[in-house]
Formats: sequence, C-alpha cells, structure tokens
Amino acid sequence: MAEQSLALREQFATPEQQRESATLGMWIFIVTEAMLFGATFAAFAGYHHWYPAAFNRGSSEMELTMGAVNTAVLICSSFTMSLAEYFAARGKPRFVWFLVLTALIGMLFLGIKFTEYYMHYKDHKLPGFGFQDSSPQSRQVQLFFFLYFVMTGLHSVHLLIGIVLVLLMLIPALIYIDENYSTPIHNISLYWHFVDVIWVFLYAIFYLPGAHLK
Amino acid sequence: MATHTLPGATTENYLNSEDGILSWLLTTDHKRIALLYTFSITALFFLGGTFALLMRLQLLTPDGALVDLETYNKLFTMHGIIMVWFFLIPSIPNTIGNFVLPMALGAKDLAFPKLNLLSWYIFMLGAAVALYSIFRGGVDTGWTFYTPLSTGYAMGYVVMAAIGVFISGFSSILTGINFIVTIHRMRVPGLTWFRMPIFCWSMYASSLIFVLATPVLAITLVLVSLERIFHIGVFDPAYGGDPLLFQHLFWFYSHPAVYIMVLPAMAVVSEIIPTFSRKPLFGYKAVAYSSMAIAIVGFLVWGHHMFVAGMSVYAAMAFSFLSYMVAIPSAIKVFNWTATMYKGSIELSTPMLYAIGFVGLFTIGGMSGLFLAAIGIDVHVTDTYFVIAHFHYIMVGGSVMAFLGGMHFWWPKISGKMYPEFLGKLSAITVFLGFNLTFFPQFILGYFGMNRRYGSYAPEFQDLNVLSTAGATILGVGYILPLVYLIWSWKYGEPAPDNPWRTTGLEWKTPSPPPKHNFEVTPVVAWKAYDFEAQREELHLG
Repeated sequence: MAEQSLALREQFATPEQQRESATLGMWIFIVTEAMLFGATFAAFAGYHHWYPAAFNRGSSEMELTMGAVNTAVLICSSFTMSLAEYFAARGKPRFVWFLVLTALIGMLFLGIKFTEYYMHYKDHKLPGFGFQDSSPQSRQVQLFFFLYFVMTGLHSVHLLIGIVLVLLMLIPALIYIDENYSTPIHNISLYWHFVDVIWVFLYAIFYLPGAHLK
Repeated sequence: MATHTLPGATTENYLNSEDGILSWLLTTDHKRIALLYTFSITALFFLGGTFALLMRLQLLTPDGALVDLETYNKLFTMHGIIMVWFFLIPSIPNTIGNFVLPMALGAKDLAFPKLNLLSWYIFMLGAAVALYSIFRGGVDTGWTFYTPLSTGYAMGYVVMAAIGVFISGFSSILTGINFIVTIHRMRVPGLTWFRMPIFCWSMYASSLIFVLATPVLAITLVLVSLERIFHIGVFDPAYGGDPLLFQHLFWFYSHPAVYIMVLPAMAVVSEIIPTFSRKPLFGYKAVAYSSMAIAIVGFLVWGHHMFVAGMSVYAAMAFSFLSYMVAIPSAIKVFNWTATMYKGSIELSTPMLYAIGFVGLFTIGGMSGLFLAAIGIDVHVTDTYFVIAHFHYIMVGGSVMAFLGGMHFWWPKISGKMYPEFLGKLSAITVFLGFNLTFFPQFILGYFGMNRRYGSYAPEFQDLNVLSTAGATILGVGYILPLVYLIWSWKYGEPAPDNPWRTTGLEWKTPSPPPKHNFEVTPVVAWKAYDFEAQREELHLG
C-alpha cells in the first residue's frame, strides 16, 4: 500500500480511478493529435486529387530505400516500446533498458530522416530555399514538397517529443515504477505507437505513389 | 508569508486557506484557477469592448470622423481577435466551468489540476503575444485571417497575432481534455450520466469541440505563418495553392467554435431557469441529447460561411440543409427552457433576468442564423451588418448574457458574499436594453446593404447608426455596473448562506465559499438532477 499511496494524487479516491483517468486523458490527447495531422492529410488529399501528375512526379523524387528502411526502424522501436511496457507492468527492472533502446532507435530514425532532408536540400527541393523543378507543373511539385516538409517535419517534432518523454521516464522509472504503477509508461507507449502509425501513413502517401516512375 | 485569519471571523475556505501571491500563481485548486481566469478575461473583455466602442464612435458619422480607415481596419480586427479567442472561447468554460464542474460532480478537483494551471499560463502567454502585436501596431486582416490577404498583402503583425491565437489554442485543448476525463472518471458514487445536471452535459459537449476543432485551427495558423514568413505555402495560388482550402480549414474550427461559445451559455441557463422556476428542467434527456447533437452536427455546417466564396451548388445545398438541421437541437432547448418556466413558481432575480434575456436574444440570433443558412438570402446579405447583428445576438446576447447571469448565480458560492440585488436587476435590464438598441438596428442596416468592415458609409444609414452607437454606450454602462458592485460586494457584501437560491446542485451542499477540497464529506447522490421534490425538506421549500 505504501507504494500506491506514494503515487496517488489527492484528487483521486483510488489508484484505479487515477490510472483510468490518465489513460483516458492520453487517448483524448491522441485524438487531438489525429485532428492536427488530419488537417494536413486533408490538404494533401485535396491537392493530390487536383494535381495527380505533379504529385506523382514529386513522389518519384523521394528516397524510397531510405524511407522504407526508416519505416522498418520505427516499427522496431514500437516493438521495443511494447517490451518496455510489458516488463514495467510486471515490475521487472529490465524495462529500463528497453526504454533506452526505444529512444536510441527513435534517434536513428531522426538521423536517417535528416539525412534525407539534407539530400533534398542539395537537390534544390526545399521550397523557399532555391527550389528548382524542370517540369511544366513546377509550382505543384513545389506544393508537394512543401507538404512533405511540413508533414514529415511535424512528425519529426512529435517523435523528438516522444524521445524526450521516454528519456524523462527513466527518472521516475528508477524511483517508483512497479507492478502496481506503470501507468506513465503505458501512456507514453500509446503516444509512441500513435506517432509510428502516423509515419506509416506518411510513408504511404509520400513515397509510394511515384515509386513506379523511377 | 504567514497565514493570518481574524479570530472568530470566517471558517477556513479556499480563499483564506493559503496566503500570498505565490499561493495563487502556483495553485492547482480549480476554484483559484477559475478566479485567475476571471480576472484575466475580464480585463481582456474591457479591452476588446474599448475597441468596439471606438468603432461605434467612428460610425457615428458617415465619413468616420474619429480615426483613419487603416486604423479602423485594425480596430475591428483586434476587437474580433480579443473577443473571440481571449474572451468568448474561455469565458464560461474556464471561469464558471472550472469553478463549478468539479463541485457539480462531487469531486475534489479536476482530474488533472496541474494541467489546469498550465492551461492558464498558456492562455496568458498567448494573450501576451497577441497584445504585443497590438502594441507593435496591430493587425488589419479581420479576425478571420483570410488568405491571401493575411499571407501576402496585409500590413501589421499578422504572424505575431496568429501565434498568440495558436498558443492560446493549447489552453483550450488542455481544458477540453481535463473536462472530458473529469466527467468520465470523477463523478461521485450514485451520480450516473443521466443524474448529472445539464451543466455537465453541456460542458462535456463543448469540451468535445475543444479537443476536436482546436488542433485544426492550430495547424492552419502554422501554415499561414509559414506562408507569410517564407513565401512558400499551400494557400496562395502563386505557389500552386488554393485560398479556399484556408477557408475550409478555418471554418472547420470556427463554426464549431461558435458552439464552444454558446454551449456553455446553455449550460448556465439550464441551471438558472429550473432554480428560479422551482421546477425540474422539462425534458431532461432531450436537452442532454441536444447538447451532444449540437456538438456533432455543428461540425458539419462550416460551409455556410462560404456560400459566396465559390463552392459547387450541391455542396452549398448540403451545407444549407445541415445548417437547418443544427437549429433543431437548439430549438429543442429553447422550448424546454420555456416549458420549464410554464406554471413554475418564477422568481425574477438577477440571474433569472439574465437567463430569460438569453433565451429571447438567443432565439432571435438563431432564427436570423436560419436566414443566413438559406442560400438565396445569404447571397443578398453576405458581408453586411445583417451578419454582424446575427452573430452578436448569439455571442453577446447569448454568451455574454449567460456569462453575467452565471457570474451572479454562482457569485455567493465564489465569493461567499451576496451581490446587491437591486443593482443586479438594474444591470440585467440595462444590458438587455442597451444590447437591443445596439444590434437590432444593424439587422435593418445590413438588410438594406450596409457593408461590414468599412469605416465609412452612405449618408442614408446615419440615423440607425446613431441609434446603434447610443445603444453601445448604454451597453457599456451595463457592463461596468456589475464590475463595480461585484468588486464592492467582495468586501462589503452580506455573507452568503450555503444555498442562497435553495437549489439542488451538489455545489450548493458545501459552505460558501467552499473549503479547499470542496466537500468535508464526499457526497453520495441518490436523486435525479433538479429533483426539488426529493430534497423538499432539506431545501426548506415548505
């Protein structure tokens, strides 16, 4: 009981109430995130509908291999995150190592992502910074790249926040996570998986439509 | 700092349990945070009101004698930005909602008290950024930030103002999450969903809109700012974009935002009318479901802001039809409030006067909204004062009336003091008269073609404009009056009993002002909301 009361905030009557509240709060937060990304997906869908040729051309300029590898990398991080949650819920201290591993894999993803950004920049594909495209629909191709940078950039920011949260978890983890109290790790895990799912959609809409044009 | 309570004065409550400025700035008590919000938005309300008064003075003469036209553009823009995002959106949810909701559920606090405090800081940061953009010279895009005006042509500090709104959006999101989780998980034993006061249902519905709509506005303002700063983007045709996309995204937030403003007002009125009619709310379930219906259908009507902006005739018809649909749940509420009063034992106290005023003005605002939902009439009166009059009947006649009514209703609980009843009634009547004198002439002006957002107008419109300006001054007096006597009563008012209105809500079953954790003993609920009969003896209803 001592461990439980340590973590129980004063506005709650029981640990169950606290756990359910925190998890519900995270789910609703994820809904707001879905709406945030949703607006950009809506913009993408609209323009893709109007300018299919330009968007396919833009898509053919993507680094397909790096994108595919990155997708695999991120899915691996979801796996390690799940293991961390699994061990935390059972009070096994080795979950700490899986948190560290998850953060490292997340950083690997960002490393690959920013290498891609740099390559696009070198290719003059960064809108607003000397963007060049030889096709007649160059404006629309630029629009494609603008959406690409905004949406994947927004995703990278979220992943960065996720990495920070996972690393911050190491502090309370070392103090009082046990089989009675692993809610924060569960909730951050929800967030992490959500960010990964967003990436799967981003990969599908940006990398795949023009893959046959290479 | 030492706590010093006068011996034998008042018992310990949330106001005197801790002392010092830090005990306020670092508080996680929902009641204190509600007061922090109240001070902040009251100041912003009077700032936004000052801009409105300057606009009305400008429009006293056809040529606009007061300011030049560029300044006038900035005046209506800043009036809109401040009133919408820094007063109306947080007005009732973050003040009255914050204060009452946990107590109405019998809870000690919201589910996430620290997030609640954080939301106030985020709000203040957003407000500070927006105010800074005013002091640097203002913005002249109108509160709607329409592209490509806002991204290319507008002068002023558009990005700064947009960032201010963007930041304050996160305070809305945090509040929404907090309220939803609190209503789901913090109800006391016995308080089932259908025993909750309608106040909680309406707060739940508006919280849904907070969490679903606000993120869309956030990302839209980010895109506007990127386009304005880097000259790349998705809205300007010069970059291959489409300005209509902005309007779709903007109104996808901003139409539901209208329901963020009015659903909490309905929450307040649904508490006041049964209390002062001494009858349970008529058609409880219908009112509860209609709150949810407004929140859901409200997401499907945004296109009616864009009938003249260019959309297919089929889309326009669909949006017109859906806009008619959203009027149904609103009408259900109006009929149920009226039916609650029917054969009730009505007491025309200050909150009741405000609430009855709300019902009448909201009905006029809502009905004129149906005119605008009809495509033919909308084309005729688009961007005229008819639109201005319509949404002011909803936002001022509706939300602000309810805000003031709610403030009076819960003032004894908040401050532990009674306000002066005579002055209260005087203010309610002054606001009602001043409001109608200000805005009713604008329906006529708009119908005859006076455009909104112009600092000058044709001479034949002058008579009605003079009336409108005269009304605005009366309205101003009506708003200053409560500010003065409520502050006065905080110190000099009669001490309030626990339940001055002899009503049924859980928040009235604890001392005024409440202790820090709201209830000495966690209450158990064994009755429906508004069940005066079951509590007849306890409430001394005779």
